[in-house]
Amino acid sequence: MTVQQILFLLVAAGTLGSAFMVVSVRNLVHAALWLIAALGGIAILFVFLSAGFLAVAQVVIYIGAISILIIFTIMLTRNVAIDPGKQMNSSWVGALIIAVALFVLNVLILSQWSEINKTAPVLPAQYDALRLLGLALVNPNGYVLPFELASVLLLAALIGAILIAWGRR
Amino acid sequence: MVPLSWYMIFAAALFSTGLFGVLARKNAVAILMGVELMLNAVNINLVALWRYRTPEGIAGQVWAVIVIAVAAAEVAVGLALFISVYRRRKTVVADEIDLMKW
Repeated sequence: MTVQQILFLLVAAGTLGSAFMVVSVRNLVHAALWLIAALGGIAILFVFLSAGFLAVAQVVIYIGAISILIIFTIMLTRNVAIDPGKQMNSSWVGALIIAVALFVLNVLILSQWSEINKTAPVLPAQYDALRLLGLALVNPNGYVLPFELASVLLLAALIGAILIAWGRR
Repeated sequence: MVPLSWYMIFAAALFSTGLFGVLARKNAVAILMGVELMLNAVNINLVALWRYRTPEGIAGQVWAVIVIAVAAAEVAVGLALFISVYRRRKTVVADEIDLMKW
């Protein structure tokens, strides 16, 4: 085993463990903190995949903005964080079966694929993924339309969110 | 080097964990956290397939960026809805939000 593989296994195990805590702990504030840990692990995996921009975006958007939003909502919605009742609904066993079955099915389908054990090709020496990504996002022959659509969607969603949460006038 | 299969099996496990959270949790905010885990698993798959199969293009990273933007929009609207529902019904438990059920 190489150092990279050991690092990958450590980060992946930490991320999966945090994800299990997110879906199983009773206290919602703790669940949100475990979510931050899981998102941080995913940011590290992006670094392993040499996607530096996405790692930074993950930290800024997910850890910085989305989890703060989630914690705000937990605190604005009263006692839900310390709800004494059960945090799982009555059909959680069925949910567990569905989730495990989906995972097994996924692994079975993946194992059929001939290129699944491929290792990563070496990137060229002058390769600059960040520059390529920036150019692709504003290139009319590239991805400028999906990019602009995502911007408009985000603006509309934020205006809608303010309007919904405003309360009765 | 880490083979592609490790990333994809990890992403499958993360997706299933998120799916369990969405199906089993009672609290609407916790359901939203499960959705976040699922979206992140998809992002890992997108970036891993970009890195292992088409690193000369950039499409995988572009899609991951757009998934992040859509996830941010979804969280903003979802949490605003929960705050609005909480203000009227004093609950965010998904089973008790049954205004449209009869």
